[in-house]
Amino acid sequence: MRRLVQIPEALVGLGILAVLVVMALAAPMLFPGDPLAIKGAPLLPPFQEWSLPLGTDRLGRDVLAELFHGARTSLAVGLAAAAAAIAVGAVIGTLAGFAGGILDETLMRITDAFQTVPSFLLALAFVSVVGPSLTVVVIAIALSAWTGPARVARAEVLSIRERDFVAGARVIGMHPLEIALREVLPNALPPVLALSSVIVASAILIEAALSFLGLGDPNRVTWGGMIAEGRTVLRSAPFLSIVPGIALVLTVLGVYLAGEGVVEGTAVRKGLS
Amino acid sequence: MAMSEPLLAVSGLTKRFHRSGTIVTAAEDISLSISPAETLALAGPSGSGKSTIARLILRLIEPDAGRVDFGGENFLALRGSALRARRARLQMVFQDPLAALNPRATVARVLDDPLRIHALVSRSERPSRIAALLQRVGLSSDLADRYLHEISGGQRQRVAIARAIATKPSLIVLDEAVSALDVSVRSQILELLLDLQRTERIAYLFVSHDLGVVRAFAHRVVLLEGGRITEQGDARAVIDNPQSAIGKALVAAVPRLTTTIQERS
Amino acid sequence: MTGPLVSIRDLSVTYRRDATSFSLRNIDLDIAPGERLAIIGESGSGKSTLALAVAGLLPPTAAVNGAILWSGQLQLPRGGRDIGFVFQDASASLDPVMAVGREIAEVAHTHLDQDWAQAERRALELLRRVKLPDPGTVLHAYPHQLSGGQRQRVAIAAAIAAGPRLLIADEATSALDTIVQAEIVALIRQLVAEDGMALLFVSHDIALAAELADRIAVFRRGEMVELGKANAVIQAPEHAYTKKLLDAHIGLDAEPMIAPVGHGHV
Repeated sequence: MRRLVQIPEALVGLGILAVLVVMALAAPMLFPGDPLAIKGAPLLPPFQEWSLPLGTDRLGRDVLAELFHGARTSLAVGLAAAAAAIAVGAVIGTLAGFAGGILDETLMRITDAFQTVPSFLLALAFVSVVGPSLTVVVIAIALSAWTGPARVARAEVLSIRERDFVAGARVIGMHPLEIALREVLPNALPPVLALSSVIVASAILIEAALSFLGLGDPNRVTWGGMIAEGRTVLRSAPFLSIVPGIALVLTVLGVYLAGEGVVEGTAVRKGLS
Repeated sequence: MAMSEPLLAVSGLTKRFHRSGTIVTAAEDISLSISPAETLALAGPSGSGKSTIARLILRLIEPDAGRVDFGGENFLALRGSALRARRARLQMVFQDPLAALNPRATVARVLDDPLRIHALVSRSERPSRIAALLQRVGLSSDLADRYLHEISGGQRQRVAIARAIATKPSLIVLDEAVSALDVSVRSQILELLLDLQRTERIAYLFVSHDLGVVRAFAHRVVLLEGGRITEQGDARAVIDNPQSAIGKALVAAVPRLTTTIQERS
Repeated sequence: MTGPLVSIRDLSVTYRRDATSFSLRNIDLDIAPGERLAIIGESGSGKSTLALAVAGLLPPTAAVNGAILWSGQLQLPRGGRDIGFVFQDASASLDPVMAVGREIAEVAHTHLDQDWAQAERRALELLRRVKLPDPGTVLHAYPHQLSGGQRQRVAIAAAIAAGPRLLIADEATSALDTIVQAEIVALIRQLVAEDGMALLFVSHDIALAAELADRIAVFRRGEMVELGKANAVIQAPEHAYTKKLLDAHIGLDAEPMIAPVGHGHV
């Protein structure tokens, strides 16, 4: 961990993420109550009034409060979707790689099928059919993102399953399912986890895009929803779209840089040992 | 006692691998047998198939043809849970315990696995059984909570042996199990294995490239070349007077302390 | 001029920052030109650290005290030119995507100022000297197409390509089977004799060392416990640890550890 701090991009990324996490955690304390409640005159520009530093939107809602609460949604959806995608992908990839044969063929053809559909379209279709809610959005994004981890896990497992400790587990009569999940899977995880920053970043973007199209959870503030809101008054009050847009760009950048830093940091450590 | 039923009887065991268009014969018509409490060595140059044959017998690799009878039962016919249950009687110790055991596991977990899988003792009794196993292989029971990477190579191989004897096997495959050890540690591990053989009547299939150790440790030896048996018999008889070309070459290649001295003095 | 080729003076090496545990401690050792010196020891003895130190290949994290004098001078030997190094794992020391002929020619090209055509001819000649079958074909082969023993021959060819005065073999035969090991040892013995190179042969195998070396140094936990003529060390070891190593050696004349099995066999 100490080495991470020596990599500048990791430092920047982790810094952005730290700010984001603080925003998300502090949101209910700093801005108690419903962030969708009307707090002042509509379309108040930023830096005009002390109590509403980033102004208000078309309906007079506090933009800063929305931004903070939006961070909660973005982070929650991004992390939950990525975790689900990695968990599902790693298990499916491990089982396919370890079992081989027909199970491998079947699982990998299913993976192909998912991969051929553009991930955003898949998420869009799923939410349109099932109806928007936070859980559905998370599932929709995970559904479109698990194939990458599955492929990486399978490739890793194909080499791991030839190693002696797998033979050792078989010799003592361990059940193949236990070998796959308890012995092989943990050893296949590192390269899969290296994908997590890309998956989190794309999950945050897909969530924003869904919200922008009005397919986000209607009861929650989301940055995508804020951008969509601001679009109608883009000429008169561009800040309403620009502020959440900047937040989104910074977040994705932060996640990506931190992820790259972690990968680089572990590579450095491996190189040294 | 004469002509006792063999513990392991292998006949016609054959395995070919297909590698980039060519067929590699790893084992060709291998027939051998091991009696209870006997040590049979498989020796030969690298690529002679000695490790593959051991893994075929253990069913870590499935043979193309042949028969393996273990404890009077057709071992190759066993499937699924029946095979897993029978594995308790047929164990293996690898060359590198760090590669063969999960390096992120504690000693206790390594020894707990076989006890749990074969439900040999109740959950509450397992810690005391683990302590007893550690003591049996000459280790302190305090070692149970240590991680494998924290203990020495010799201690690790003792842990691997404890894991192998946890299920009270009648045959243990030793795949170059002492080859990577320091010589002083090696003698101690060989003594431990002999002690286990005497007290528990365990038979060994001893895979080794070291003819000196084979001659001292094994009762009989099977010499292999290119997946085929070239000669077999009493370990000392074969090694002291090899008949096959590969046997002669293997013996001639062993570094000797004594002949050097004669040459020089 | 018959001064030592390498003089090691009060050499200590530690990899830890606290400098409490030494990989090598106060080593004094000379290697004469053309002599064959074996360093033997078990794991943690520091024998490989010594080989790396002499070749100047220690990682930058190692703290080194004392001196290694090359031909009586403090000046560092040129790796590859003055010293050839053969590692245990040839596949790790050979570039997997470079034809082995090119790999060897590169050494000659770099250190002997030869143009590529000359260097290529030198590589072919070296492959012949290390007794690889069909050297013309091997020249264009890649390491993965060769067996372990053949790879080690290529590594030896690369190590001696620039005509070094010292060849260091660090467990160079440990990963090979007995027959190939004997062939490689015979090859090293021949090459060293023909070129008048000194040999530093690092091994855990005391019998192998005895077969090859003029002198044997026994290392244990970073210290040199015994140094002497090979036959003296083998026949009349002075240090208890050397005796222990000799006792633990299981040769073809060792006393059987087992009692014969009573029952008959077919």
